[in-house]
Amino acid sequence: MTPPPPLGLIAELTHRCPLQCPYCSNPLDLERAAAELDTATWLRVLDQAAEIGVLQVHLTGGEPLARRDCSELVAHASANGLYTNLITSGVTLDDRAMAALLAAGIDHIQLSFQDVVASENDRFGASPNAFAKKQAAAARIRQAGLPLTLNFVIHRANAGRVPQMIAMAEALGADRTEIAHVQYYGWGLVNRAALLPTLDQLHAATEAVDDARARLSGRMVIDYVVPDYHAARPKACMGGWAQRFMNISPAGRAMPCHAAETLPGFTFPSVRDVPLSDIWNSSDAFLRFRGTAWMKEPCRSCDRREVDWGGCRCQAFALLGDTHATDPACELSPDHGVMQAAVTESEGAAGAYVFRKPRKDVVLS
Amino acid sequence: MNPVPRLSPGHKFRLDRVRGAWVLLGPERMFVPDEHATEVLKLIDGQRDVAAIVADLAARFNAPSEAIRIDVDAMLADLSARGAVRL
Ligand code: SF4
Ligand code: SF4
Repeated sequence: MTPPPPLGLIAELTHRCPLQCPYCSNPLDLERAAAELDTATWLRVLDQAAEIGVLQVHLTGGEPLARRDCSELVAHASANGLYTNLITSGVTLDDRAMAALLAAGIDHIQLSFQDVVASENDRFGASPNAFAKKQAAAARIRQAGLPLTLNFVIHRANAGRVPQMIAMAEALGADRTEIAHVQYYGWGLVNRAALLPTLDQLHAATEAVDDARARLSGRMVIDYVVPDYHAARPKACMGGWAQRFMNISPAGRAMPCHAAETLPGFTFPSVRDVPLSDIWNSSDAFLRFRGTAWMKEPCRSCDRREVDWGGCRCQAFALLGDTHATDPACELSPDHGVMQAAVTESEGAAGAYVFRKPRKDVVLS
Repeated sequence: MNPVPRLSPGHKFRLDRVRGAWVLLGPERMFVPDEHATEVLKLIDGQRDVAAIVADLAARFNAPSEAIRIDVDAMLADLSARGAVRL
C-alpha cells in the first residue's frame, strides 16, 4: 500500500552557522562543508519533491544563507510550485541577500531571536551585535512586503520575558510568532540541566501566550511549543514517523526527522542515489516506525496511538535506550519518572552552558 | 458589517495536482479545506466583499442567501481566528 505523499520537505542545507546557541538541536557531530550536497543534487531533490506531492519546502540548517546557492534553490522550488519557507538567524540577511531571495520568489521567512534583551541575545548566540543585525533583518523583510515570523526559543534564562518577546514581534510587524520551548535534542540535551524551565516558569509563559493570543486574534498567529518534561502526554513528533515530513541532512541522508540519525540500527538512504519516491514509499528507515505495527504496550492498545503515535522515537532512545519504548513524556510510560528526575536535577544546576562548536573548515559552496 | 476578506500575508490557495485537492498554504502551516470552504476561498480575491461572495454562491448553488450568509460568516470567522484570512 502506498502511503499518502509527504506534505513538507525539510532541507537542512548546511550545519554551518555564525551563531553557537547552546540549545541548538543540530547533532553534536556537525557535518563538514565538504560533505554537503552540491547544488545540482539539491535541484534534483526539489524536482522530485514536487513530483511526489510535497507542498512546502523549509530551508533550514544551521544557517541556510551560509550556502551561496540558497536563493537559487528558492527560485527552483518556487518554479516547481512549492511554497518556500526560509528559517534563518538573520545575521547575514543583508540587502543583497534580501534582494536575491525576493527575486527568487521566497514565500515566507522565519527569523529567530535568542532573546529580547540585546545583551542576552548576543550572549546566547555567542555573537556580538547579532541582535542589531536581526532587527535590521526584520525591517528588511517587512520592507520587502514579505510575511514575517519571529521565533523565540524559551528556556530558564529567558522564560520570564515572553510578554516582551510578543510585544517586540508586534512592534516589528510580525504576522506570526513562535514561542517554542527548547526541544532537548543535540546540544539542547547536553545543556538540559541549565536550560529546563521550572514548572512555575512554564505556567507563566503559557499564561502570557494565552493572553496575547486573545488580544491579537485575527492579527497575529502565535504558535506555542511546550517542553515535554512537564507534560502528561507526548507530542505527535513530526506528526507521526514518516507521515508528513521528509528531512534531508546536509550530506543528503533522508530521515523522518532531523534527530533520527541518533538512532542505532538504521541506514538512512541518500538522495544522491535513491529517488525520493522510493525513500518515502519503501525504504526500511521510513517504514520502520510508520503507523502502529511496531508498538508495544502501553501504546499498542492505547486509544491515542493514532493521535500522538507513541511520541518521539529519538527521545525514547535518548532517555531510555530503547527505540521501541513509549516516549517517557507520556504519563502511561512505566519510565515517566525520568522526566521528573531531569527536572529535579536541573533545579540545583548552575547556568553554565556548553556552546555549540563552530566548524573551522574550508567553505566550498 | 460587510468586510472585504483577503488571504493573510504569506498565504496561497492553489490546486494540488498530485492530490487533486485545493490546499491553502501559509507560513509553516497548511489547510485542506472542505468543499464548502473551497468554494468560498476561491472567491476571496481582495476585491469582493462578503455580500458579493454570498450573492455569487447563492446564484450558483441556487440557495437562499440568508442561509449562505450565515455559513460564510462562520467560515470566515474561523479562518480569521486561525490566521488564514484577514477581515
Ligand atoms: S539554534 Fe542557533 S546555532 Fe543552531 S542553527 Fe539555529 S541559530 Fe545556528
Ligand atoms: S501510551 Fe503511547 S499512544 Fe498512549 S498516550 Fe502514551 S505515548 Fe500516546
